Amino acid sequence: MSLLKVSGLVSYIGLFTILHGIDMEIQPGEAVAILGRNGAGKTTFLRTVMGLVKTRSGTIEYKGQSLVGKPPHKVSKMGIGYCPEDYGVFNELSIEENLILAKHKNDAATAERIAYVLDLFPDLKKAFKRPARTLSGGQRQMLSVGRSLVNSPPLILIDEPSKGLAPVVIEKMSLALKEIARNSTILLVEQNFHMALIVTDRYYIIDEGKTVHNGLMKDLENDKELQHKHLGL
Amino acid sequence: MANILTLLFNGISEGALYFLMASSLSIILGLMGVVNFAHGALFVWGAYVFRMVFIQTGSFFFGIMAAMVAGFVIGFIFEKLFVSRVYGNVGAQIMITLGLSIVFTELIRVFWGPTPLIVTRPEFLAGVSHIQLGGVGTVIISHYRLFLIIVGVVIAILGHLLLTKTRIGMTIRAGVQSGEMVSALGININLYFTLVFAAGGALAGLGGALFAPLSQSINPEIGNMFQLDAFIVVVIGGMGSFMGSAVGSLFIAIMIALIGWYVPALSSVAPVTIMALVLIFRPQGLFSLLGLLRQAVKK
Ligand SMILES: Nc1ncnc2c1ncn2[C@@H]1O[C@H](COP(=O)(O)OP(=O)(O)OP(=O)(O)O)[C@@H](O)[C@H]1O
Ligand SMILES: [Mg+2]
Repeated sequence: MSLLKVSGLVSYIGLFTILHGIDMEIQPGEAVAILGRNGAGKTTFLRTVMGLVKTRSGTIEYKGQSLVGKPPHKVSKMGIGYCPEDYGVFNELSIEENLILAKHKNDAATAERIAYVLDLFPDLKKAFKRPARTLSGGQRQMLSVGRSLVNSPPLILIDEPSKGLAPVVIEKMSLALKEIARNSTILLVEQNFHMALIVTDRYYIIDEGKTVHNGLMKDLENDKELQHKHLGL
Repeated sequence: MANILTLLFNGISEGALYFLMASSLSIILGLMGVVNFAHGALFVWGAYVFRMVFIQTGSFFFGIMAAMVAGFVIGFIFEKLFVSRVYGNVGAQIMITLGLSIVFTELIRVFWGPTPLIVTRPEFLAGVSHIQLGGVGTVIISHYRLFLIIVGVVIAILGHLLLTKTRIGMTIRAGVQSGEMVSALGININLYFTLVFAAGGALAGLGGALFAPLSQSINPEIGNMFQLDAFIVVVIGGMGSFMGSAVGSLFIAIMIALIGWYVPALSSVAPVTIMALVLIFRPQGLFSLLGLLRQAVKK
């Protein structure tokens, strides 16, 4: 059974229909990129899966269970981690509090997981008690990604982690995501082709609210024409 | 000089009442984005329920508790039945909370009549102390006002601890920044909305209950008056800031006391003027200004 299966998804915000037909199937253990131009609907797609944007028609199934109409906290509890665009880190809370707040359970496994996150991102360990507003953009992204790992969710949705970061930091983040992808399924929205190449094996392209193409990253890497057509590269 | 000290003391004690109203308004605004025009109605209900229970049981303490319970229950009902349906729709929120305010103030007239009612102070707090300050003169300390200050300080400390040291508080602080993100972490933010709205109702009810023996006379309009000043405090203190509303309350209450004494003609214009100035020059609130000053001093 696929981990996430989306068919004919149409979603809307207020009076606007934003997604017009998304089809996607993700197997457990995969790392998949979602590519597309600015305003294509990538963020809206992740938000629709999380229950933050309303579905008009179509289906979203996670481990065979429908997510349509489920409120975000239930989607999260079902085992989906989410790193939004612009981090979604709580500035007035300390790094520690940001991580604690995400805990679904107070058990040893979760505590171990937080220790793992701090090993993965030593910057967070150093600033553990400081308010998140004192962090740099890269560190906030680490906190956002780290926080999404706290409950060991089988599926993690990450929205443009490279946005606004310096090239060295992007490099570090790419390697961290690659590491995370060894144990979790990752759905990565990215405009940074380089990062997508490092982290993911397969891609979907969204254009004007529809999935228009999918395939293997290594094929896309060599297909300049396709890159130009859908990504404007 | 002694006169000014007495005015300051009176101002601070009334600041405690503003604080009860403003802190809860501020958190409701910060967390849910709702400008709650029905808060004043909860204040009035607190005052009337307090008077009723105080007279019937003879216990000041029971009166206070009853007022808080009434505020909590009415706040709970407001949120569950009405406000929860209009989150994100500011226009509808204003209409609904204004409507609730009118209906619940009218209900007071139905149950208790439109004319002012007398409230007495509990005997153990009815006294006054005259404190001689060498060379300065005599400062008059009303025991009831002293009690108000103590309650204000206790609530400020408890509220601060709740917000900074508990998981509930952590969730509320996070929700003030983004309720959406809190829910995406697996927390049912709607429960917190209801809880905060009801707890805010309890604080407004407490404010009304404490106000009644202070003024010794209550009428259905007292809520509107306090609500306006509380909104001014929220603007000054910065919305969503608990401690900001404490500072803002003291500031406004002391100013009203001083101006009311020295330039009575300006006493009702001054707070609104200050609010306008803050909105123009410091829309994030004065409290964040204090924070900036502190940082600058540290450097
Ligand atoms: N709240 C909203 N109300 C109306 N339209 C919206 C809203 N949010 C997004 N949109 C529209 O939906 C479309 C998709 O936006 P979305 O943010 O999902 O794109 P994206 O692919 O993530 O873009 P980017 O690469 O710039 O992040 C855009 O045309 C945008 O204008
Ligand atoms: Mg986006």
